[in-house]
Amino acid sequence: MAEPSDGLRPRFLLWLSVRFMTLLLQNLVNGLLLGGLYVCIAIGFSLIWGVLNIINLLHGSIIVLGSYIAYYAFTMFGISPFLAPLFVIPMMFAFGYGLQLAVLNRVVDKPVLITLTLTFGLDLILNNFMLAAFTANFRRVVFKDPFETLDLYGVIIPVDRVVAMALALVLTLAFYLLLNSSRIGRAIVAVRNDRDAAVLMGVNVKQIYAVTFGVGAAFAGAAGCLLSVVFPISPMSSGLYLGKAFVICVLGGLGSIGGALIGGLALGVIESMGVMLAGPEHSVLTGFLVLLAVLAIKPTGLAGKRGYE
Amino acid sequence: MLASLAASFPARPLPRIGVGVLIAVALGLLIALPLGLDNYYMRLATTVLMYCVLAWSWNFIGGFVGYPSFGIAAFFGFGAYAGAILLSAKIIPFWLSPILAAAGCFAVAVVIGMPILRLRGHYFAVASLGLGEVFRELAMSWTALTGGGMGINLPPMRPAFGTEAQTFYYAMLILALVTLGTTIVVARSRLGVAFRCIRQNEEAANMIGIDATRSKIIAFAFSAALPGAAGAIYASWVGYIDPSDVFDILNSVKAPVMVLLGGTGTIFGPAIGALIYLVFEEFVTHHLLQFHAGMLGIIIVALVLFMPHGLLETLRRRKQGQA
Repeated sequence: MAEPSDGLRPRFLLWLSVRFMTLLLQNLVNGLLLGGLYVCIAIGFSLIWGVLNIINLLHGSIIVLGSYIAYYAFTMFGISPFLAPLFVIPMMFAFGYGLQLAVLNRVVDKPVLITLTLTFGLDLILNNFMLAAFTANFRRVVFKDPFETLDLYGVIIPVDRVVAMALALVLTLAFYLLLNSSRIGRAIVAVRNDRDAAVLMGVNVKQIYAVTFGVGAAFAGAAGCLLSVVFPISPMSSGLYLGKAFVICVLGGLGSIGGALIGGLALGVIESMGVMLAGPEHSVLTGFLVLLAVLAIKPTGLAGKRGYE
Repeated sequence: MLASLAASFPARPLPRIGVGVLIAVALGLLIALPLGLDNYYMRLATTVLMYCVLAWSWNFIGGFVGYPSFGIAAFFGFGAYAGAILLSAKIIPFWLSPILAAAGCFAVAVVIGMPILRLRGHYFAVASLGLGEVFRELAMSWTALTGGGMGINLPPMRPAFGTEAQTFYYAMLILALVTLGTTIVVARSRLGVAFRCIRQNEEAANMIGIDATRSKIIAFAFSAALPGAAGAIYASWVGYIDPSDVFDILNSVKAPVMVLLGGTGTIFGPAIGALIYLVFEEFVTHHLLQFHAGMLGIIIVALVLFMPHGLLETLRRRKQGQA
């Protein structure tokens, strides 16, 4: 009975630490995969906020609308949700462009309370329409032959999520190219940096506002297509997506793609770690506490700048 | 638009006797009202009073100080839960529950106000909006205390005199009068001046010796304590509360919408807005169950786009334009 534990304890500790590292790595991977989608949720929201100085409370509902279009394209015509952005982007662009031109341009210079109340009212209308049309039941995209999962030394990687994240990053890259290499993109950036100077340079600001809102809505819709593969779809989810977009913008800073990228990935990782430590029912709370902590240290967000108050 | 909100609160010279008679008649009508109403209209009257409390309370932080707060739902719900928990433990009488709820909300608002009142504009608006979501999440998950998603059933009340409906009507009436009184007192005090200075230019206010942080926290705490008391009365009134009911995000939006409806710039604007809103709501809920929230959205959009000065002011201007 001498010391059987002498041989066992180190081996047990080794086993424990390997298990722990695997768990940690698994949560990191989960977080990054989630974070890629979060980036896509946030870029449109960040663009509209940065350029128009409007918090678009419709954002969550537009994402959900994108999810529904992808869902019905899949169940009715068998089109893969990964291809749905091809037609959802133009549809949502037209929707956003029209909405800004007809409605939001009328209040774009008004105080925060007014623009917030207006987009809240618009969100009530859109969300209620979806609730009436699609009901509150959660729907799910179920593939006939499901995607596989990879197993890398105990870390499980679901392939569908990898594809979704890769597409999200491709969309982000496209967004970057649009802003930096196209004429219209340069005009958007010009309006964001200095509206009055942009007017003097011959930019039609109302037009650019409408294009900006259209682009923001288009990317929200595209994010919705990708999310439809990963999360169940319901009009009730819109508030959740909206909250995430806001937290990401504050974490990463406003109006810049790099900021949304960092904020999105960070929130994904923070949430998965929070889920590991505190349980999944507290993921909203974790996000909000992180947000409060960041704001308490830096009231305009981590990379935020003054002037958009 | 908001600039005119509190600016016209200072006393306008009015014939004193006329005002006294008017107030006495109005009070008499409000006190005598339950005698002539059946249960359905009693419920409506109590709801109008509750909405008045919410609108006037929002006015402290949203109107006077000019911070776009969407935090009413958080404190309404907090007060409702505080009252419900205390009452169902049977350790306090009914009349004490709104007072304790208000005190609790005041304290919580002071603590939370310190970090979030450093934010401005959109950041403050969304942080205050998120507050309600966090409170709801807490009420959902702290099952031992709050019953979680099951909610809380309150013990039935045995009113000392009159009917139950009358008791809640008078409780809400007293609270509405307290809120109105606080509004008038604050509007005419040094604090009211400080609030208005902060709205116009916070840096300048700091410069002339106003403690902006302290003033903002006081305004935020007023905007929290009074809805908290309303929440506690509401909890006893409806007899059952759950997180999605009392932390409903719509409550946060209703308050500013009512103030905008009634027109900013008068003491009684919010009350008129509350009345108009209730008429809309009753009409809408009774006829459009499927599209209730959407109809509210349409009203909000129409209000913001076509009547940014409130319903009454817009009608008055139109009349003047024709004449």
